[in-house]
Amino acid sequence: MKKAILYLNQFFGQIGGEELADHAPEIREGLVGPAMELQKQLGEGVKVTHTIICGDNFMGSRTQEAIETILGLLSDKELDIFFAGPAFRAGRYGSACGNICKAVKEKFKVPVITSMNDENPGVEMFRKEMYIFKGGASAAAMRNDVKAMAGFANKLLNGETLLHAEEEGYFGRGIRSQIWLEPPVNAADRVIDMLLKKIHGQPFKSELPIPPSDLVPISPAIAPEELAKMQVALVTSGGIVPVGNPDRIQSASATKWGKYDVSGLDDLKSGEFMTIHAGYDPAAANADPDVCVPLDALRQYEKEGKIGGVYQYFYSTVGTGTTQAEAARMGREIAAELIEAGVKAVILTST
Amino acid sequence: MTKEIEKAGITIVQMANLIPVAKTVGANRMVPTISIPYPLGDPATPKEVQYKLRYHRVGVALDALSADIKEQTVFKVKI
Repeated sequence: MKKAILYLNQFFGQIGGEELADHAPEIREGLVGPAMELQKQLGEGVKVTHTIICGDNFMGSRTQEAIETILGLLSDKELDIFFAGPAFRAGRYGSACGNICKAVKEKFKVPVITSMNDENPGVEMFRKEMYIFKGGASAAAMRNDVKAMAGFANKLLNGETLLHAEEEGYFGRGIRSQIWLEPPVNAADRVIDMLLKKIHGQPFKSELPIPPSDLVPISPAIAPEELAKMQVALVTSGGIVPVGNPDRIQSASATKWGKYDVSGLDDLKSGEFMTIHAGYDPAAANADPDVCVPLDALRQYEKEGKIGGVYQYFYSTVGTGTTQAEAARMGREIAAELIEAGVKAVILTST
Repeated sequence: MTKEIEKAGITIVQMANLIPVAKTVGANRMVPTISIPYPLGDPATPKEVQYKLRYHRVGVALDALSADIKEQTVFKVKI
């Protein structure tokens, strides 16, 4: 018998409404409110042993204290899976569910499942870190939302094959995994099918969906006479690193970047630099890393006086399987260093 | 990454093979490269040809940094 525990706010925990939103965390044996439905949907293989109740404001304004208290309440309990919510469109509740799920997952290494409406700000805050099922706007959706959480929990606990986020019904976490297609249709056939559909004006579904863009203001043009005095920095997502990969940057789903000194180098020599990128055939970039990080050409422009110089370091990470959130964080960290160094111009090569 | 660096106020040009992806993700200055595994030099061609292509496209990228653009722009390359 597997053991589950559910987190609820003061309202669904039947303590009271807004006036009791400062309610301190407590744990109760057995089922309170939505826990009954959860138990029903989970069936006989899983027992919901306890319900945790915490006021939304307590969690919102004294988050650390709330989390520590709840982790303490859980520390002597058996736990195979943890649930929170559903939170529907309630923003504070969604954020609370996300916060507690994240902490429970980290501390007890158990799967955590919650549910929110797509308008709930908790979705964007926490979707990358947990299963958040796509829930209804209000408590009218309680039964459906609980059913979705419970059904998936049973699949997880039974070790069944999991489908991707969209089919399972949770918000994509930005994780890629390799799957076998049924029926097996190779990529060439799939792309031709898509092309034919496109030509015939029929709907088709891209295998590389790209989230809607959110543009940043265009940075100012640099007058050529300014550029002639400026250091230009090279940045790449092509995974070029010194042989041996001293910073141990991951070959896929990277969370690290490195910077490598190129002062005194006229180009990146094979045998001194290489690519560790697992998303493309490394033969060409290993044979001549300049095809990815064009130091040799940039040095030539330095000699000709088109640019003032090449910045002392080039920055590198791997852009395959890397989540947009991680890429953005690494971008910010690299930008902060460049700003600190007074660099105002960058060429970024992506692969 | 390009966006975050640009957001910090640095003028940046992205050299990419998948221009539609770079564009959708939000790069403002873009220069096409020739492939994913060898963006700036086809190993099937002699070294001098590769260098010539690389020198040309990096030059386009540097000019892109100096270009006063009003919208996302893909800069044209000749080789």
